[in-house]
Amino acid sequence: MIKPDSELALVTTIKEAKGPMRVIGGGTRIIGAPAIGEILSTTGMSGISLYEPGALTIVASSGTPVAEIEAKLAKDHQRLAFEPMDHRELLGTQGTPTIGGVVATNASGPRRIQVGACRDSLLGVRFVDGQGRSLKNGGRVMKNVTGYDLVKLMAGSWGTLGVLSEVSLKVQAIPEAVGCVLVNGLDETAAVSVMSRALGSPYDVSGAAHAPVGVNGHPVTMIRVEGLESSVSYRTKKLRQMFADNGVEITIEHDLENVTACWKWVRDVSLFKNSEASVWRISIKPTDAPGLVARIRADYHDVSVLYDWGGGLIWIEAPEGVNLRSFEFSGHATLIRKSPDTLCKLPIFQPNVGPLLAISKGLRSKFDPRNILNPGLMG
Amino acid sequence: MDMPHPDERILSRKAAIISRIRKVLSADAVIDNPSETRAYECDALTAYKCPPMAVVLPRSTTEVSAVLKICHEEGVPIVPRGAGTSLAGGAMPTADAIILGVARMNEVLEADYQNRFIRVQTGRTNLSVSGFVEGEDFFYAPDPSSQLACAIAGNIAMNSGGAHCLKYGVTTNNLLGVTMVMMDGQIVEIGGAFLDAGGLDLLGLICGSEGQLGVVTEATLRILRKPEGARPVLVGFDSNEVAGKCVSEIIQAGILPVAIEFMDRPCIRATEDFAGAGYPDCEALLIIEVEGSEAEIDAQLERIISIAKQHNPVEVRESGSSEESAKIWLGRKSAFGAMGQINDYMCLDGTIPVSQLPYVLRRIGEMSKEYGLDVGNVFHAGDGNMHPLILFDANKPGDLELCEAFGADILRLCVEVGGCLTGEHGVGVEKRDLMTDQFDMADLDIQMSVKDVFDPQWLLNPAKVFPLKASESRRNLAN
Repeated sequence: MIKPDSELALVTTIKEAKGPMRVIGGGTRIIGAPAIGEILSTTGMSGISLYEPGALTIVASSGTPVAEIEAKLAKDHQRLAFEPMDHRELLGTQGTPTIGGVVATNASGPRRIQVGACRDSLLGVRFVDGQGRSLKNGGRVMKNVTGYDLVKLMAGSWGTLGVLSEVSLKVQAIPEAVGCVLVNGLDETAAVSVMSRALGSPYDVSGAAHAPVGVNGHPVTMIRVEGLESSVSYRTKKLRQMFADNGVEITIEHDLENVTACWKWVRDVSLFKNSEASVWRISIKPTDAPGLVARIRADYHDVSVLYDWGGGLIWIEAPEGVNLRSFEFSGHATLIRKSPDTLCKLPIFQPNVGPLLAISKGLRSKFDPRNILNPGLMG
Repeated sequence: MDMPHPDERILSRKAAIISRIRKVLSADAVIDNPSETRAYECDALTAYKCPPMAVVLPRSTTEVSAVLKICHEEGVPIVPRGAGTSLAGGAMPTADAIILGVARMNEVLEADYQNRFIRVQTGRTNLSVSGFVEGEDFFYAPDPSSQLACAIAGNIAMNSGGAHCLKYGVTTNNLLGVTMVMMDGQIVEIGGAFLDAGGLDLLGLICGSEGQLGVVTEATLRILRKPEGARPVLVGFDSNEVAGKCVSEIIQAGILPVAIEFMDRPCIRATEDFAGAGYPDCEALLIIEVEGSEAEIDAQLERIISIAKQHNPVEVRESGSSEESAKIWLGRKSAFGAMGQINDYMCLDGTIPVSQLPYVLRRIGEMSKEYGLDVGNVFHAGDGNMHPLILFDANKPGDLELCEAFGADILRLCVEVGGCLTGEHGVGVEKRDLMTDQFDMADLDIQMSVKDVFDPQWLLNPAKVFPLKASESRRNLAN
């Protein structure tokens, strides 16, 4: 494993590379085919170079542990707004998640529906492309339209366009209070409808998820609000009133620890831990979600499901070899986990077609003309 | 302003090219009479003008595709145009180019409140998107000052912001999908009524690419439920420094106002003379707006005011009614008009780290004396997006050049303190030649290589974004 300790060393590593490299951060989000080529880890480049709480900005080297960033922010009552998922439970990986890994995978949690994804909090990047050029885009300010937005392009490019060396992120104040409205016993269509109403309310919902089989074995729909203590208490009451007519059992959870644990469970898809079955992550129009799941269930009984983002994100654990992309829907599906002994040849990411395929290939050939950075990972 | 020499080969084939285009568009959608094309000689950056060879106003994505296919074959540059409100010359033509205006494509295609999106043709104006969903108590969040006139197409091209983006983000954070026509006429769909990309984030790349990668004809936009209410408070200070510090402390206290607007003394005076909003006589004032239920608004304002009061404000004016709220906003909203009444002005758009506000304002004041040109500052303080308005006299020889030099110095200062050249207006032609102050050649090269992929012949929106010298070899190669 090569671990350059500076951007300059990273430049040398890439310039001198003779063949493909498997680019990783802490190696906790390994998806796709087994590694090809030598492992290039960013963990040698670590440390927070700038943190301005009054400007809601943090700048860190890509290999900085997420935990270190979160601890630093927490001291000033701030956090990463987009609630990055920790993939370790789901993927059965070990190691230390890095901020560069979060950015490279655009890892975003339940709060994505309110504040946007990682890419929406990402203000700037420094990276080294496949030719070994040190490059930058964006910066450290909130609003920036100077030139093309390669910041977004780098987020979620899984190390295939360049190796991140530094990232700047917008951060968020940790709210004073949090509350969670729990609606029990809804079927999936009713649950998406309730979540749509909550998200379409003026109550600034920061999380809306549904587990057809919750921790206690029954369906539970979770709606989270955050803010000043008086706001949270007001908004949870209002939300409760909105759904009281459904004749369902509603409880409100205000205990910080319980609410945090509940949303960590959703964020990290803990439902599917300790298993090796395939896990798909499907982004879809929320009201289409229950119908798609019903069609999948009609063909394969053995699937479990978790809905996040008000129904816009479906996590599905399905039997090995099943291609959920064969079900028609508008959106995209990522095969996040595959069982290790499978010969499954399905692409990890939703394949592009037509001109978009040509564009994606064209961009890769510009950023990484030798095709040495995570080759084949994104198709 | 240097622009590339018009291509004589194109100009000499004008009749043949126009005749081909007339076959795919209705008669009233093609304008080539010089007396009519003149209406498109500039956008809201009126200092630079050049009538295009022709103007086309298609009515559908298919028509856009047909026109682009012909222009691609003929090698004719295309300047996409929304409503022509760019302050950066983003829709400025070249003499050999065809303006492709999307203004006639202004339909709402779908509004879905359950899934919280609206799909529109991109010629639709920003405000009318919110107008369409208002009956259901929804709104479209990005709200550039030109929202009454500006089109979604231009908003996407420039990644427009607005006063309320502190809380709701800019266009790219509210854009879910686009239908885009490539320069060769191919139609692509990127994103849709779902979140984030399956592969590379092409949607994020296209937003803010200033019409140089494709012509976006339809857009899926995120809509939000309106808050229960909103209320501003006005706070006056006797120094910019203190006002800047107050902004920083409010943000750090964990309160997220929807807007924090900042005006300095020259701007306050100008707007007072113009609009009579009754602003206090002070060095700097902030307008801070929060949202929520009445009780929530009270709670947030109470905290904001208690922070402000620690800084010895000259005045704290809390709105007690919708009339008072309107009055607080009146001066801010008429600031550009007020400055325009004094003289011609150039509006800049650099962004700086919030912590640098006092220093930058002081330096701008010093430079104003050195250049002998007045400048007023009115801007979105919460996110550091400044809008210095430099006053000059367009009829006075040399004044425009002086103003340009002053503006360039201010933007260089923004970059120097860790900021950028443009926060929401875009580079266009205006800041094209300053790009090398913010980026190394390699940084520009990788951006230009993105254009190589989407538009190998470099026909889309020529002479914008990149310094002409930097793009010269690519443009020559393409021809």
